[in-house]
Amino acid sequence: MDLKQARRGAAQQKLLAFASLIVLIVGFSLASPNFFQVSNIMAILQATSVNGVLAIGVTLIIITGGIDLSIGTLMTFCAVMTGVVLTWAGMPLPVGVLTAIATGAICGLISGTFVAKMKIPPFIATLGMMLMLKGLSLIVTGTRPIYFNDTPGFTTIAQGSLIGRLVPAFPVPNGVLILFIVAGLVAWILGRTVLGRYTFALGSNEEAVRLSGVNTDAWKMAIYALAGGICGIAGLLIASRLNSAQPALGLGYELEAIAAVVIGGTSLAGGRGTVLGTLIGALIMSVLTNGLRVMSVAPEWQTVVTGAIIVIAVYADQLRRGKVG
Amino acid sequence: MIELVQMEVIDKRFPGVHALKGVDFSLRAGEVHALMGENGAGKSTLMKCLSGVYQPDGGRILVDGSEVALPSPRAAQDLGIGIIHQELALMRDLTVAQNIWIGREPRLSFGRIDERRQNADAAAIFAGMNVAMDPRAPVGSLTIARQQMVEIAKALSYRSRVLIMDEPTAALNDSEIAELFTIIRKLRAEGVGIVYISHKMDEIREISDRVTVMRDGEHVGTVEAADTPISKIITMMVGRELTDEAVTVPDLTIAETALEVRNLGRGRDLQKIGFSLKKGEILGFAGLMGAGRTELARAIFGAEPPDQGEIIVHGKPAKICTPADAVRLGIGYLSEDRKHYGLALGMDVRANIALASLPRYADRLGRIDEKQLAVIARDYIGRLAIRTPHDRQEVRLLSGGNQQKVVIAKWLLRDCDILIFDEPTRGIDVGAKAEIYRLLNDLAAQGKAIIVISSELPEVLRLSHRIAVMCEGRLTGILPGGASQEQIMALATQREDIAVSQTAGEIKWT
Repeated sequence: MDLKQARRGAAQQKLLAFASLIVLIVGFSLASPNFFQVSNIMAILQATSVNGVLAIGVTLIIITGGIDLSIGTLMTFCAVMTGVVLTWAGMPLPVGVLTAIATGAICGLISGTFVAKMKIPPFIATLGMMLMLKGLSLIVTGTRPIYFNDTPGFTTIAQGSLIGRLVPAFPVPNGVLILFIVAGLVAWILGRTVLGRYTFALGSNEEAVRLSGVNTDAWKMAIYALAGGICGIAGLLIASRLNSAQPALGLGYELEAIAAVVIGGTSLAGGRGTVLGTLIGALIMSVLTNGLRVMSVAPEWQTVVTGAIIVIAVYADQLRRGKVG
Repeated sequence: MIELVQMEVIDKRFPGVHALKGVDFSLRAGEVHALMGENGAGKSTLMKCLSGVYQPDGGRILVDGSEVALPSPRAAQDLGIGIIHQELALMRDLTVAQNIWIGREPRLSFGRIDERRQNADAAAIFAGMNVAMDPRAPVGSLTIARQQMVEIAKALSYRSRVLIMDEPTAALNDSEIAELFTIIRKLRAEGVGIVYISHKMDEIREISDRVTVMRDGEHVGTVEAADTPISKIITMMVGRELTDEAVTVPDLTIAETALEVRNLGRGRDLQKIGFSLKKGEILGFAGLMGAGRTELARAIFGAEPPDQGEIIVHGKPAKICTPADAVRLGIGYLSEDRKHYGLALGMDVRANIALASLPRYADRLGRIDEKQLAVIARDYIGRLAIRTPHDRQEVRLLSGGNQQKVVIAKWLLRDCDILIFDEPTRGIDVGAKAEIYRLLNDLAAQGKAIIVISSELPEVLRLSHRIAVMCEGRLTGILPGGASQEQIMALATQREDIAVSQTAGEIKWT
């Protein structure tokens, strides 16, 4: 196999997901005139932003061969801490933003320590973290939501439109802009930096990396911390959209994010994956939800279809790679 | 007399390797037939053909005088051919009986398993072997020796008339070996034909009736064990025309010592090992499988740190607890298992070459300077003659020899001047071997200190300026370069009770 073929293989994988996305969009557009409207497309993108950011964060961890189940409740915990800093302590907005990201990174670092230093399997370590954070969110808030009415401009983090102000025809919400910035940044990290290279290398063959004299534990912790910081951004986005930190929210988001990663062609075995794939995966999920809603399909059935799509996406990938006869 | 098993002109090729070249082999009922040869001689491949794991490309197999087809291990089992692999293939969390009857569980109605019958049947087999074993014990709780008994019982449960044992004593101590031999003798008396693959000369003498020696995928000869001296068997094993280039030992009297190891030990694996290595020297480590050579390398490299002893690097005592420490001191380790420990197979040549040196080619933001890496990768591809279409080729698509060169490039780029090569030519074909040898000689000539661990004696002899020989975790001696294969074999099979003379090698420096 030469370089061209190798590139073609990788491109095919993305093409498959991308083609499914196009087919879905065309299908829904034909089925309902309400689907392909600027307002509806914006709604789809806005709905993708939180799940997309979370999915991009967990993509990093999945490429190392790990998993992070705590991202949903971590997102909520970050939103809660932002509420504490902004609403309760009355700090200015930038401090709130920093708090969200720092909380995420610190919690990610703790998960990373469980995994790398204490050698707890990622599934268990982050399962524990998931429950701890869920509990902490409820404890800190006394189970009541924290509202951001006293912080001017907080809702514009996700709901405003910087691009809309410049190009009124495309009122892309800031949440979507942030999603694409995060995607670009993580794609750059994965493709261009030492951290990204070790992310793939750890998933590809951790022992070989360790025997190359690389401090694998430290790098792994850094990757979990980065993913945690990205969850912090997701926490800001969801808090801004709801104009509140809802402590009971969060559980279930991790599975949606992991589903998007898997649909995007990232291997749960590690060593393989792309941010673009994850982005497409997240879009497929929200197009599906939105499209079925526009066609007045009951929400129960939307869940069934999403589940089926996950199985079909992975099966298609296995077929393409010739693993299934 | 009809042989129990007759294998005629068996031929087997793998991509790049002609593993079996028209090999004949026969087994009689009620005999223990030892199969010997160096690693890679084709013993295991031949036995995998007999047990249905591999399909031979040519030749035929007769059981009881009639030709048989063995398309699967199951087909071989149905003909009464059982194999006990070197790595035990048991499920640790299941019980002894569950392991024995896996896939053939006695059933009750509604798919329930008849555990009681399963346990009773297993107990009957152990009774027949004269072994006390609780069929309900979880296999994970047993010692390796006891697990081996389970494997034997499992093979017998197929009413095996042919039992193939691949290095059964590798992990056993003396009393466990004695117990195993008792069982083997009992089976032999009952008319089972046993193929016994082993490296250990004393065992062969004790247990076997006939000995077949293989070398380079060919049948060298079959002799009666009772009236063949060990020295003759050794000669048969190593008797290939020796390497084209004899080793030239450079004069290293004034060379600095790069690495010194004193009194190194770890549990039973490594016991009081001491040696020194000079710049520009190639020190070969010979020994049989399980002698502790890889364990020694991993101890020096910090992959599994030793319990005791000192490591002195370039005259300074070094504390090596992790591979990262070793690499910082300029020690590189090329594992015998490249695929698991040396390479990130799914990544490209460039990334693998850079794997140990990445931070050096990144700026403060952690951005990798791909342009510079590309230049460096192409430079190494040229210097080491790595055959790859380009530096972005995935490493898994390269041949074994070229994969090995990628690992070498990785350590050279990291400025390692002490290189430990563990089986540097395993899985590499003959042509590429010569190239790796030349490369090692060049590296030594440039002043790198090199340790070569190899199970192939001709390889050790061709490369080594001095030869350290290990047996069962001990260094049994250091021989000067160009020592005879018989001398090495004698040290490599030297059991604990015989006195150790570690001074033999020091003569060279005076």
